[in-house]
Amino acid sequence: MIEAVSEDTILITLAEAIDESLPARIAGLADDIHSAGFTWLVDCVPSYTTLMVVYDPLKIDFRQAVSELRPLFDLEGTHQRAQDLKGRLVELPVYYSTETGPDLQWLASECGLDCEDIIRKHSAVEYRVHALGFAPGFAFMGQVDPTIAAPRKTSPRKSVPAGSVGIANRQTAVYPQASPGGWQLIGRCPTPLFDQNSLSLLRVGDRVRFKAISRKAFLAAGGELTP
Amino acid sequence: MSFLEVVRPGVQSTIQDSGRRGYRHHGLAAGGALDLISYTWANKLLDNPRSAACLEIVLGGFHGIARGSLQIAITGAATCVTINGQPVEQWQTLNLNDGDELAIDHSTHHRLVYLAVAGGLDSPEQFGSRSVVVREKLEGQGPVQAGDRLMPLQPKRQVPERKVPDHQRPDLDAEAVIRLIPGYQYPQFQRADIIRLTTNSYIVGDQTDRMGFRLQGTPLCSPPPGIISEGIALGAVQIPGDGQPIVLLNDCQTIGGYPKPGVVPAMDCGLLAQQLPGAQVRFELSDLATAQNQRRLFELHYQHTRWCRRGRALEWL
Repeated sequence: MIEAVSEDTILITLAEAIDESLPARIAGLADDIHSAGFTWLVDCVPSYTTLMVVYDPLKIDFRQAVSELRPLFDLEGTHQRAQDLKGRLVELPVYYSTETGPDLQWLASECGLDCEDIIRKHSAVEYRVHALGFAPGFAFMGQVDPTIAAPRKTSPRKSVPAGSVGIANRQTAVYPQASPGGWQLIGRCPTPLFDQNSLSLLRVGDRVRFKAISRKAFLAAGGELTP
Repeated sequence: MSFLEVVRPGVQSTIQDSGRRGYRHHGLAAGGALDLISYTWANKLLDNPRSAACLEIVLGGFHGIARGSLQIAITGAATCVTINGQPVEQWQTLNLNDGDELAIDHSTHHRLVYLAVAGGLDSPEQFGSRSVVVREKLEGQGPVQAGDRLMPLQPKRQVPERKVPDHQRPDLDAEAVIRLIPGYQYPQFQRADIIRLTTNSYIVGDQTDRMGFRLQGTPLCSPPPGIISEGIALGAVQIPGDGQPIVLLNDCQTIGGYPKPGVVPAMDCGLLAQQLPGAQVRFELSDLATAQNQRRLFELHYQHTRWCRRGRALEWL
């Protein structure tokens, strides 16, 4: 489905629900759009089930842009991509605690579990990077075990510390920099996720595993305990 | 080489151009001048390129000294501007001689003052733009500091004296009505909530910055639940669980999961970005074609008019 979002933005929806095959398909469609060399193309932002396309409204209007995107979208639906679905495996250390995860206790009681269960269940699953966004290097990963899934906070926090590991519904992520945010925080990761030259550590399609580490190991790895 | 030395930068002054293009999939915000109309006029007064960098000064309070002669223009929020203590007007070309002191007082009614220098401001380019996104806390992406030198990118001949005609300036004193283009999630909102959103006035909250404006007023009773995170367009109106709308601006995140009844067009985002906490704003339903047409007309006006009658009026080419 191709729909208008604003005067210069279009949203292409590939599926209604999150699916493990989508990151490769959406990245593939984004590549096709980039390779088509459209002079009106400004940005292409992939996410879980969608690809947002930003165009220059002075060069093309919505209808024209859709008619140029349509063939690529139709083609995507018909052919099978020989994408490497395996992806790179990245291990991220996390110091799970109430000290670094202000919502850990709340989440445990909300789910009727112990904090240890939350930690075990969060670090047991291999996640896949479905999208990058929200902040430089912020990777959206799925899927979180349904028994520890919790919605975002009804009103976002004004500031979340860098490295914070959060859960929002069945998604998980690490905040690369301090920023406002509404995810439920359960721990902190000492590994930097964004570098100005090489850009993001994680890429769409990567596989990620979280490994629980001690307070000592967290500090030794350069982690900070600032609230 | 002439430049403007910053003595006092004000609350927050950042270098902004028309923003980054093609980096949002790395999670990098678009950035760029918030008030498109004031920014555009500051550059047009000086014959600068369309996307030249300007200084965006939040709430005024800027002091600088000219080192060498410079031509500048100041647009945006109304405030008291003086050169060596003598009041001068905004929305026109101003000439500074070596040693002249420029003072831009605090703006009390609106937020953003734009300072353009003939030739455009020079600063390191990052991600294809000179726009600074402070929230990302990246190296070289900070506000202007006391002692900084604001250099013209292209030293050039001065333009003749010019002034933006009154009727071309944005009317900031009128009631702030910002248009809402219904989006693809609009049908998921209850009718009563859409009526609440478009008939009640909202107050600009304290949490306002380049990332977005939080509004306070009649909350939407039953906004749809969070959606699967997806790309966010500039001007997106997101409704978190508390039912109070947030309008996302140039430095906003690239992806998010709050439901959105629609988007505010870029030119109206500029009007909203000029409002101070406590100001009243109202949403008005509009449509895509109207917003696209208005944006194109503005751009055509920029590209196809020339200054005449001693630079005080504009004429179509």
